[in-house]
Amino acid sequence: MSDTPQAGILSCPLPLQNYPRVLLAHGGGGTLMHTLIQNIFAETFRSEQQEADHDAARLDLEGGTIAFTTDSFVVHPLFFPGGDIGSLAVHGTVNDLCMAGATPRYLSCGFIIEEGLEMETLYAVAKSMKAAADEAGVQIVTGDTKVVDRGKGDGIFINTAGVGVIPDGRRIAPDLVRPGDAILVNGDLGRHGMAIMAARESLGFEATITSDSAALNSLIGELMDSGIEIHCMRDLTRGGLVSALNEIAGSAKRSIEVQEAGIRVQPDVAALAEVLGIDPMYVANEGRFALFLPDADVDKALAIMNKHPKGEGSVRVGTVLEDGEGRVSLKSRFGPSRILPMISGEQLPRIC
Amino acid sequence: MKHVEEYRDPEAVLALAKEIKRITTKPWTIMEICGGQTHSIVRFGIDELLPDEITLVHGPGCPVCVTGVGLIDKAIELARNPELIFCSFGDMMRVPGSDVDLLAVKAEGGDVRMVYSPMDALQIAEDNPDKEVLFFAVGFETTAPATAMTVAQAKEKGIHNFSLLVAHVLVPPAMEAILSMPGTQVQGFLAAGHVCAVTGYEEYHPISEKYAIPIVVTGFEPVDILQGMLYTIRQLEAGRNEVENTYSRIVRPEGNLAAMKLIGSVFDVVDRSWRGIGEIAASGWGLREEYHSFDAERKFNLGQQVAKENPICLSGQILQGITKPHECPAFGTLCTPEHPLGATMVSSEGACAAYYKYRRQTSTTA
Repeated sequence: MSDTPQAGILSCPLPLQNYPRVLLAHGGGGTLMHTLIQNIFAETFRSEQQEADHDAARLDLEGGTIAFTTDSFVVHPLFFPGGDIGSLAVHGTVNDLCMAGATPRYLSCGFIIEEGLEMETLYAVAKSMKAAADEAGVQIVTGDTKVVDRGKGDGIFINTAGVGVIPDGRRIAPDLVRPGDAILVNGDLGRHGMAIMAARESLGFEATITSDSAALNSLIGELMDSGIEIHCMRDLTRGGLVSALNEIAGSAKRSIEVQEAGIRVQPDVAALAEVLGIDPMYVANEGRFALFLPDADVDKALAIMNKHPKGEGSVRVGTVLEDGEGRVSLKSRFGPSRILPMISGEQLPRIC
Repeated sequence: MKHVEEYRDPEAVLALAKEIKRITTKPWTIMEICGGQTHSIVRFGIDELLPDEITLVHGPGCPVCVTGVGLIDKAIELARNPELIFCSFGDMMRVPGSDVDLLAVKAEGGDVRMVYSPMDALQIAEDNPDKEVLFFAVGFETTAPATAMTVAQAKEKGIHNFSLLVAHVLVPPAMEAILSMPGTQVQGFLAAGHVCAVTGYEEYHPISEKYAIPIVVTGFEPVDILQGMLYTIRQLEAGRNEVENTYSRIVRPEGNLAAMKLIGSVFDVVDRSWRGIGEIAASGWGLREEYHSFDAERKFNLGQQVAKENPICLSGQILQGITKPHECPAFGTLCTPEHPLGATMVSSEGACAAYYKYRRQTSTTA
């Protein structure tokens, strides 16, 4: 792993003998995915503009600073309780821009469509994207369409890129996280991932779980405007709360303690997760984020968040600690603490 | 979830821990059989609530962990067959065979699918009549009824493109194997509640008598586990050795008679090779003669595999409770969930995975 590729010689820094091919687990949001991104993409595309470990790049241009991000969406099924691939493609990119402290403005959308897809389905997805963009106050201004042979796609894949404006003087990043900072989350956990699982895996569960997919720019705008000192934000997508906190703990070189008592999970989500042997703290959300801020601002922030429709049920989940090991731990209800490591690949359901 | 929360109630947990402390006067070594119990213990930190006198050793009750390398190699050979759809529980897909795991075969292009029930695999067979569909039937007595029902239905419906690679294993013979080992430390067992829900616990009486050991049928939530421990320690302190049931909300003495009848009609008791332990006589279930046409090992012409274990991996000793995960020199260094050397680091019920996930201790011997 420590081998540095020599200039001009194409060599892969990943331990190829272990993974000669890409596994699904390389997209699971865990350590495998981080190794892949770090060793293949970050190494190859390294640039000065690239801000380390953030959801969007911060670009200083003549006349101002913008945030720029991109995200691809391959969710199956295309329609699920609480959303669809179109609304998700808007929410995901809008939220990535917000996490960098930007006001989202413009999106692009690239469609990769599988031959044979029903036109009605495509239209429904496009309409949903438009509605989501209108609600979030962003415009979809450019796009691209490709069609691939039947069997070479999964209905529709969508890529959206987004641009937002970062006001002068605003910087939000993991390295601003301080010991004693509080960590707030804007609601219950695990709904998006479990809604998809329930819909996808034909588990025979009644589909009562609705995805939390939502654009967060209005809520985050209110927090920004209130004068609260925001140190860092991270959306809790793939890998859920625990992966997001591990990323920030690692970047900030500070340990984090999560209080089990602060974790909120809807009963139906908890029940399905229990049956599948999956921990909701590791399950993807599409409308939840973690907010790092000084302890003194907690009450004010929670008051604003709980009044906002996208922040009902906001709660403090943890605290940043003094020590520099960059670990995340959970203080259980019974007293003992345990480590909350980043997941390795995918969570595999247990068998009995 | 209400019924789960009841058994995670902090007050009840702390009261049980206090009572265990009060009655414990001597050192005792107790083995929890089931990997589900191991994970609960480590996840909730239950071992940290116990007095120093109590040593917990983690048993072989993770079906994924004990499935023989030879069978996994057969699974991998079958999964590479382009004519075949290979269905497996998720846990099994990352367990290394001699060379690779099933996820690697999937990435190579093998049609490997994760299912939640053998019935899903049968449905896939019905939906793909021009393909052979195979289910990797792994599990203890808990998953056997579902396997048995699936095979019985396949026969009834006349579905001929479906077969099973059967790896079912049985708990009581493994308990006896552990108790028969020279130098065994185990003085009491927490029996696996969900296994007993199927089989009942009548067959534990002779084991308890023969080896003079308390066996307490125990559930999986913190309150259940502490209750099982309290009963076991009470017996040990009083010099008794009996079979007791602390999981009576789920387990009846005779078990699930309908399930056992179905199992008896589909399976025979067979010898099985346990990963890390070796061959144990009469320790598994295999398909009866009238179901041989569904037996993948008979249906497909499989090459001769030479099963290779990673020489560094101590999973055998870990499965027998001789070594704790962090006492293995490879733990957390050469062997991690990203690069598991043995099955105990893979499965959600494996002891090494539990220690890695919740404790992240590094090897104490490296």
